[in-house]
Amino acid sequence: MKHESISGRVAAPLGDIAMQDAATKPAYLQIDGLWKAFGEFVALRNISLSIREGEFVCFLGPSGCGKTTLLRAIAGLDLQSRGTIHQAGKDISTLPPSQRDYGIVFQSYALFPNLTIEKNIAFGLENTKRPRAEIDNRVKELLALVGLSSQAKKYPAQLSGGQQQRIALARAIAISPGLLLLDEPLSALDAKVRVHLRHEIKELQRKLGVTTIMVTHDQEEALSMADRIVVMNHGVIDQVGTPTEIYRHPKTLFVADFIGETNQFPVRIAGRSKVALDATDLACAPHDLPEGSEATAVIRPVDIIPHGNSTSESIGTPENLIDVKVEKMEFLGAFWRCRLSSARFGGRILIADFSINAVRRLGIEIGGAMQVELPSERVLVFPGNS
Amino acid sequence: MTALALPAGRAPRQSVSRDDLVKRGLMVAISLYLVLSLAAPLYVMLSKSLSTYRFDLTQFEFQVSDETATVWSKPKTAAALNAELSALAPEDLRAGSDSRLATTKFFKDFSFRSPVKYRMRGTVEDARWLVGSAPGGGTEWQEFDSNSFRRIMLRPTQSFGLDNFVAYFSTPSLSISIRNSALMATISTAITIAVAFGLAYALNRSRMSFKGLFRLVTVIPILVPSLLPGIALVYLFGNQGLLKPIMMGYSIYGPIGIVIGSVFFTLPHAFLIISTALSVADARHYEAATSLRASKWRTFWTVTVPGARFGLISAAFVVFTLVITDFGLPKVIGGQYNMLAVDIYKQVIGQQNFEMGAVVSVILLIPAIIAFAVDRIVQRRQVALLSARSVPYQPKPNRRFDMLCLAWCSVVAVFLVGIIGICQLAALVKLWPYDMSLSLKNYAFDLMDGGGWASYANSIRLALLTAFFGTIVVFTGAYMVEKTQGFSAGRSAFHFLAMLPMAVPGMVLGLAYIFFFNNPANPLSPIYGTMTILVICTVTHFYTVSHLTALTALKQMDAEFEPVAASLKQPFQKLFFRVTVPVCLPAILDISIYLFVNAMTTVSAVVFLYSTETQLASVAVLNMDDAGDIAPAAAMGMMIFYTNVVARLIHAGVSGLLLSRTQRWRDR
Amino acid sequence: MDDARLRQAGGREAALSSQCIAECTNPMGNPIMKSRSPAVLAAFAVTLLSSSAFAETTLTVYTSVEAVDLDRYKQTFEAANPDIKINWVRDSTGVMTAKLLAEKDNPQADVVWGVAATSLLLLKGEGMLEPYAPAGVEKLDQKFVDSANPPAWVGMDAYVAALCYNTVEAEKLGLTPPKSWADLTKPEYKGHVVMPNPNSSGTGFLDVSAWIQIMGEEAAWKYMDGLHENIAAYTHSGSKPCKMAASGETVIGVSFEFPGAKAKQGGAPIDIIFPSEGSGWEAEATAIIAGTANLEAAQKLVDWSISKEANEMYNVGYAVVAYPGVAKPIEHLPDDVASKMIKNDFEWAANNRAAILAEWAKRYDGKSEPKS
Repeated sequence: MKHESISGRVAAPLGDIAMQDAATKPAYLQIDGLWKAFGEFVALRNISLSIREGEFVCFLGPSGCGKTTLLRAIAGLDLQSRGTIHQAGKDISTLPPSQRDYGIVFQSYALFPNLTIEKNIAFGLENTKRPRAEIDNRVKELLALVGLSSQAKKYPAQLSGGQQQRIALARAIAISPGLLLLDEPLSALDAKVRVHLRHEIKELQRKLGVTTIMVTHDQEEALSMADRIVVMNHGVIDQVGTPTEIYRHPKTLFVADFIGETNQFPVRIAGRSKVALDATDLACAPHDLPEGSEATAVIRPVDIIPHGNSTSESIGTPENLIDVKVEKMEFLGAFWRCRLSSARFGGRILIADFSINAVRRLGIEIGGAMQVELPSERVLVFPGNS
Repeated sequence: MTALALPAGRAPRQSVSRDDLVKRGLMVAISLYLVLSLAAPLYVMLSKSLSTYRFDLTQFEFQVSDETATVWSKPKTAAALNAELSALAPEDLRAGSDSRLATTKFFKDFSFRSPVKYRMRGTVEDARWLVGSAPGGGTEWQEFDSNSFRRIMLRPTQSFGLDNFVAYFSTPSLSISIRNSALMATISTAITIAVAFGLAYALNRSRMSFKGLFRLVTVIPILVPSLLPGIALVYLFGNQGLLKPIMMGYSIYGPIGIVIGSVFFTLPHAFLIISTALSVADARHYEAATSLRASKWRTFWTVTVPGARFGLISAAFVVFTLVITDFGLPKVIGGQYNMLAVDIYKQVIGQQNFEMGAVVSVILLIPAIIAFAVDRIVQRRQVALLSARSVPYQPKPNRRFDMLCLAWCSVVAVFLVGIIGICQLAALVKLWPYDMSLSLKNYAFDLMDGGGWASYANSIRLALLTAFFGTIVVFTGAYMVEKTQGFSAGRSAFHFLAMLPMAVPGMVLGLAYIFFFNNPANPLSPIYGTMTILVICTVTHFYTVSHLTALTALKQMDAEFEPVAASLKQPFQKLFFRVTVPVCLPAILDISIYLFVNAMTTVSAVVFLYSTETQLASVAVLNMDDAGDIAPAAAMGMMIFYTNVVARLIHAGVSGLLLSRTQRWRDR
Repeated sequence: MDDARLRQAGGREAALSSQCIAECTNPMGNPIMKSRSPAVLAAFAVTLLSSSAFAETTLTVYTSVEAVDLDRYKQTFEAANPDIKINWVRDSTGVMTAKLLAEKDNPQADVVWGVAATSLLLLKGEGMLEPYAPAGVEKLDQKFVDSANPPAWVGMDAYVAALCYNTVEAEKLGLTPPKSWADLTKPEYKGHVVMPNPNSSGTGFLDVSAWIQIMGEEAAWKYMDGLHENIAAYTHSGSKPCKMAASGETVIGVSFEFPGAKAKQGGAPIDIIFPSEGSGWEAEATAIIAGTANLEAAQKLVDWSISKEANEMYNVGYAVVAYPGVAKPIEHLPDDVASKMIKNDFEWAANNRAAILAEWAKRYDGKSEPKS
């Protein structure tokens, strides 16, 4: 379940520090006005993006959003139709892949099946006029770095998926590239290994300080690893920001919807921080939408605060206090997912996640009545509704 | 929101890396190879089929004197004279490059004893005639006495049009071949598919014993020229054949022989395809059928046959194409039964009528191309079927059924081995049927037409060169199609060219080569008559299957190898030689043995192209049979067979050795 | 070739340079060995120099002579003409003719030696032959010489149509041997006659053209209509019917005398019958290809090809040769084969060939289902 880890780990503190560091540095990778069309189909629309040196950036979005196309454009594998790319101040827009400076890891790992692990890693080191011994040392060093020193003489097929992934990574960084590109590197692995490797990759990236771009459709992966996330949809960047920004302050309904889970209600704008849901007014986070226009109000299940039943005392004077009935409860390990119905919401269902603690303390049970608070700063409003 | 449409401007172009240059160079080189070895010759052949000869009567003008040879008539063209006399109908003026027309036809009262004299001239510069057998022409008046004048023969002029096709279809002895070929191909296909299906069914769906042995036996026909079953049939069912009484008075020369021989040489092809289709059966379908209490018979028709339908269709088209385009078998056993492929040979070699040969070639191309197109479509679906996840079907032992299967396989095996066996026997008999003692005299090839032992050596040379260069060209070409970026129009054009040879019958290819390469204006003409042209022709003839084999192997390789290598700043050839080639080694070896075996057995394409120094064993079989030296032909055919067996054994040995060394990574 | 002869040649520079090449390219050492490597020398000579300046000329000779005879002819000729080497290009008459016609605009051959006269007439009609009256041409039987003056071709020998008759099979079937062409249409032979298809075999054509010449056009076609009823198969080659008779595949093979004699030699139970009306025949002939770069050597070859010596050489395989009085009887063949030959008008045959073949194909080709 996506939700589980989101509530547990809101932001990566390391990422924030890296952010501040990076803010002072000039852009390492600068993308300007990038378009990519495949015949009639436009896969990328006017993408502009700066990535600073040492940053770990994730391109996140559903399949077909253009994230892989963007990565391949950066790698020179699918040349953009318009626009420029600069790397380390140099225009690389039209350079062939072999003249760009990056290492790449694909979803399939693309390990050479007939070469041993050490030969795979050494592949990029040969032909560089390095003495044999130096290459051997470098391979040993890399094997140690990914923790697979004992597997040097084995063939890729003899390793597990996770081990293969690490070899692919070692091979990519062997040539000390200025940029590391990871194309869905973890999606072929099972869940446990995936979580484990997230940390390893992130650690390695921090250790090496190599600017890294990772493409993923897994928001959890992006949130846990990236310094900054680039959320893409239909060939357009919807939002660029740190994981916390993206999660807490989504700029579009798409971002809000794609990252984490949401309750969504069609509303009419009733003021600068007020919307009307059917006949009821709700306080919401401030916005710039014109009064009277159609909009969608969004609140995440975790942001809904339980207040026990209507007779119990409430803390302070909460706004957006709603009477609800608990229709259904589902135990999901770390929390309870509750389906709440409310007359005020015109019979709509509100999903709320309550901690085990709160459920016990407030005696929430199926069929019971209670009050919940929708904190106004967590009620986000986006234009239009469907 | 950003703008939706791509802004105006030009798309940037990737600067070209050294790798790209090398790749594009290779691609251009191999495309050029296919253009020169396939597209251009076919084009020249097509235009040749439209090249017609006609007697243009307006080109010749005549005057006749009176008996005193002093008073001359007014000049008249042959056309005018013909109009007066109605001597020749327009279709009589249709000609071949070699036709002659006697001028006396235009003079009703002509007598070579008459003192009347004749004058003639051309109205155009290139009017041509013969005086007796000496060439003549020109626009000056020339005078002949009547005895010389009777020896004047008009020559036709060349133009372009559909006349040849009109002539073809209005000559029943030619156009009947279309019906004959289609009929033979249809009957042979039906029988072959039935036999092959039975065989494949027995080997895939029963628990009978000796499966491996039977699989081995099934390969035999691939290893011999298609002429050989024809020769065997002569010894089995000919007038002095061992089993002649079975024929009940019917002759083996003709349709019966063609069908039996075709079943023999197409069986392995059909078997392999159907066997593949049957081997991927999904056990779940059978479980479902059992649970629905369907009878075995019903299960067979509702599950087995539909499951193998693509295989059956594909096999049917492959067999149809093989039979309709085959030349060797009908040449040997066809008797008077005309078939298209043999017609090409007869037109070209027998009558030197290249234009008509080209016409028959074009006609033969049509069914081959249709069959090829259908096969491609079916194959594509078949692949989809194959890749579906299914539970392999495990046949259960069933004594009666297994015995039945064994019996069927034995019958087929006896047929296959019998054909080969009789050839070997015939090759060793001194003088069939009068002196059945054994001798090696039939192996004294140097005393026969056809090229002697040198032709055998040439064949091995051709096979080795074809296997070597062919494998390189085909694999590199397939790599360029499969593993390069961009240039997609060029790549699909290349792929199309690579698929084309399958639809081009050997006879057609060979004839096209004559037209294209045996033309002094072509700078490549020096290769005509050399081993080089035989190698090129054979590689091209068998390009498609090799190409597809290479493509299949390459498709199984990760598409990201190239980008990874580029990101590691390694030249593509390093990846190619260190990874691509070693990983694809099994496929590469398969391609080379395929080319070797086919180069040993092919007759159709090379029969037009060999020269004295490059006579081939397979063509020697044909020529010796043609000259009536059937036993030596059988002996040479068996030499080809044994050579291919040895080549296959070596191939198996080398593959085993190489694979154990280079493919260790396949073991987990 | 040795050094002495090289020096005689006059082309001293050429000799030196080619010798040097021969030495340089031969890794074996010893110069005497090297100078005896004519193939290497000749190869370089041809590529480096115009061959006329040279002592040794290599002639490319197209031929349809039986494979077994090639070496003998070459050795006998080269012994008599040590300065000329023959490079044979051999194929069956049909293929050879096709090849020559195909090379019309770019002839590869210097000389044609041992190809059917009818084929040479086709080449003559295309202007491909260089007329030449070889020394001693007047001594030849004039039916072996082209009618033009100088002749475009000169004949060597003839092969004569004959029937091969399998006595063993005939006895089994109770047949009596045919004596004439006319006999072949008798109902008793139904399904027991094999003849070559004139559309693919020169022998087949010489039969048909002879019948027309003997019987007249109308009667000949009527005869062939009758014969067609008895034919078991039309073969592609001219010797095959005889070999089929020899192996009992058929009883009567319409063929020519040479394969019959050979089969009989090999123990086949056949008789060779020359039909009483007379036999069609074809001359094997020699001609120079127009435009040859080696005209002088080519003329030498043609001169020699009609010599008595050459004709004696042809007589080993052929009962009839062009030089009168030379031919000695061949085993298994009658002494007077020449007397069986009809008066054959090659020119008429060549000029009417296309029309006859078309008519033949129209009547008999593809319509007949084989009979047992």
